[in-house]
Amino acid sequence: MDLFEYQGKQYFAKYGIPVSAGDVAHTVDESIAVAERVGYPVVVKAQAQVGGRGKAGGIKLANNKDEVRTHAGNIIGMNIKGHVVKRVWVERASDIAEEYYASFTLDRAARQHLLMLSAQGGVDIEEVAAKDPSAIVKLHINPVVGLTEATAKKAAVDARIPAKAQDGVASILVKLYDCFVKGDCDLAEINPLILKPSGEVHALDAKVSLDANASFRHPEWEAFAATQELDGREQMAREKGLQYIGLDGSVGIIANGAGLAMSTLDVVNQVGGKAANFLDIGGGANAELMTAALEVINFDANVRSIFVNIFGGITRGDEVAKGIVEAMQRVQLRAPIVIRLDGTNAEQGRRILADAGIPADKLMSKATMLDAARIAVAIANGKAV
Amino acid sequence: MAIFVDENTKVIVQGLTGGQGKFHGLRNRAYGTKVVGGVTPGKGGQDVEGIPVFDSVADGVKATGADASFVAVPPKAAPAAILEAAAAGVRFIVCITEGVPAQDEARIYATLQRDHPSTRLLGPNCPGIISPGKCNIGITAGEIAQAPTKGGKNVGIVSRSGTLTYQALFELKQQGIGVTTCVGIGGDPVPGTSFVDCLLEFEKDPETRAMLMIGEIGGSAEEEAADFIKANVSKPMSAYIAGVTAPAGKKMGHAGAIVSGGRGTARGKMDALRAAGVKIGANPTEAGELMAQIIAALK
Repeated sequence: MDLFEYQGKQYFAKYGIPVSAGDVAHTVDESIAVAERVGYPVVVKAQAQVGGRGKAGGIKLANNKDEVRTHAGNIIGMNIKGHVVKRVWVERASDIAEEYYASFTLDRAARQHLLMLSAQGGVDIEEVAAKDPSAIVKLHINPVVGLTEATAKKAAVDARIPAKAQDGVASILVKLYDCFVKGDCDLAEINPLILKPSGEVHALDAKVSLDANASFRHPEWEAFAATQELDGREQMAREKGLQYIGLDGSVGIIANGAGLAMSTLDVVNQVGGKAANFLDIGGGANAELMTAALEVINFDANVRSIFVNIFGGITRGDEVAKGIVEAMQRVQLRAPIVIRLDGTNAEQGRRILADAGIPADKLMSKATMLDAARIAVAIANGKAV
Repeated sequence: MAIFVDENTKVIVQGLTGGQGKFHGLRNRAYGTKVVGGVTPGKGGQDVEGIPVFDSVADGVKATGADASFVAVPPKAAPAAILEAAAAGVRFIVCITEGVPAQDEARIYATLQRDHPSTRLLGPNCPGIISPGKCNIGITAGEIAQAPTKGGKNVGIVSRSGTLTYQALFELKQQGIGVTTCVGIGGDPVPGTSFVDCLLEFEKDPETRAMLMIGEIGGSAEEEAADFIKANVSKPMSAYIAGVTAPAGKKMGHAGAIVSGGRGTARGKMDALRAAGVKIGANPTEAGELMAQIIAALK
C-alpha cells in the first residue's frame, strides 16, 4: 500500500524523523487555517500518488492568506496525469542549502536490507543512477545486525555528504531504518532530504510503501487504507475480499492462484485478446466466492466474455462447477462464460456443468487453457464461435 | 533419487491440530509420506487419527527422530514456529503459510544463516515439495504427479507459483514424463530456498536428466538462475515465465510479483534464461511440450 506524502510524513514523525510543521487540508478554508497556524511562507502541495506534481503546477509557495486561497483553489480538484487531487498538504516553507537522497528497501537478491544514500537529491534517483552510479552509496544491512549510528555516519561520509551535515544525516538514517523495519515498510524514501542554512537536516518529502502482509500488527493502517484510490471495480472487489486488479481489456478473468491468473492474462494476450482484470479466486473456489467474483466482473461494462481458468489441486473441480452453476442462478451475467477445468475431479466438474441445463451460448467448457482462451477472445472480439 | 526429501524423510506437522495442518498432514500421510508426529503447544499427548501430538518440536524430534517439518500455522505464529524447528535440529522445514510480513521473512532468513546454517527452509507461502511415489510435504495433490522410472528420463521441477506448479506436474504427466522431485519455492520476497539452490541439487542428482522451471515477474531470482545455469548446469532445461502482460507497479497477487522501475519484467527474465540455453515456452503447455522434445532427444 502506497501512502500519500502527508501520510508518509505523519508516519515519519512517529519515528522521530524531523518534517516541516504542516497538516493536510481538503478545502481552501482548511488550507488557510493550516497556513495561519504554521506561519508564512507556506508550501501548498497536491497530494497525488504520481510523479511530476511540481511541473503540473501542483506545488506552490504562498506568502499570505490570499495566495493560499488562490493556490489551494487551483490545486484542489486539479487533474495530474489522471489523478484528481482531493487534498493538499500545507507546510511551513523551508530554506534549502542542499538536497540529498536516502532510502531503505529490501534487496531480494541479497535477502538483506539495502540503504541507498546520495549527496545528489531532489531529482529522480534513477537518473542519478544512470548518469553517475558512483554518486549513490549502496549499503547492505543484515536484518539481525541492524544499523548503528556509526555505520550510518560512515555511509554519509562515503556518499560525500558535507561534514556539517553528516551527523544530522546519520541520525535520520537510523530513525528511517527503524521506521522501515518496525513500521513494516517495503520502501521508506526521503527525496529530498535537506540541509537548512541553519545546519539542521530534515525530510522535505516522504515516500512510503507499506507491506500489506503486516497489517495485522498495525491497526493504525486502517486510516491509510480508507484513502487508497481504487476504481469502482477494485473497491467492490476489496469489499468482497477478492484479489482483483482492474485492467482495460474486454475478457474478464477468474483463475485460482496468482501464477495461473497471470498466466491466463498472458495466454489471452497471445491469442489476440486483452484481459479486463486480474482476479485470483484462491484455493477455496466455492459458490459464495464464485458469485462474488462474477458480480465484480459483471460490474465491468467493458467485459464481453468471461474466462474461468481453474486448475484443481486442493480446489476440487466438482466444487468449482457447483459454485458456477449456483452463481449463474444468482447473478444475471451480461457476458458468456468460457471455462477450462483441469486437475482434481475435473471430469465430475465438467459433467455437472454439462448436466446443469445452461444454454450453450452462456457457458462453454473447453479442455485446455489455450482452446478456452481462443473462444473467450473470439467472443470478446465479436466473432462468431 | 530425489532431492531434499525421499522415502526416508520423517515429517512433523507444526499445527497438526489446526484446520490446514490436519487436512494436509493427513493427506500427506495418505500419500505415503512418513508423518510421524504433530506439534501444538498444550496438546501434547493427544493424537490426530493416530499421529501423536507433542508440545514442542524438540519433544517430537526426540520421540520420533523426525528430520523434516511442515509448518502450517497462521502468519503471526509462523516465524517462531520456523525458528523453533530449526533450534530442535530439523534439517528441512516447509512453510506453506501465506501472508508472512517481508520484514519477518528477512529476519528469519538471516537468523537461520547465522544460527542454523545447515537447516533449509522452503517457503513461506509455497505449495511444498513432492518427490513422487516417496514423499509429499505441503498442499500438492499427489495424484497429479507422475512417479519417476528407474533409469528412465526423469525431470526435476522448480516453481515460484502454486497453481502453476500443479500445472507443470500435470503437463509432464500428460506427456508421460516422470518427476524426481517438484519443488515449489513460493512467490514471496524472501524465499528460504531459491531457484539456484534447487538447480544445484538437480544438477547433482543422477536420476534427474532435465529440469523444468516456472518463474514469474518481480525480483531478479530468474536472472540469478540464468547466470547460475550458464556457469554450472549441464542438463537441458525448459522454462515458462508468467506475467508478460502484467502492468508495471501492480502486485499480481504474490507479494513478490511486481514489475517496478522497469525491473523484474517477464521479457527480461526470458531473455536471460534463453541466453543461458534454456528453452522458453510461451505458456505452461508449451513448456511441457518443449520438455517432451528435450526428453525425446536424450540418450
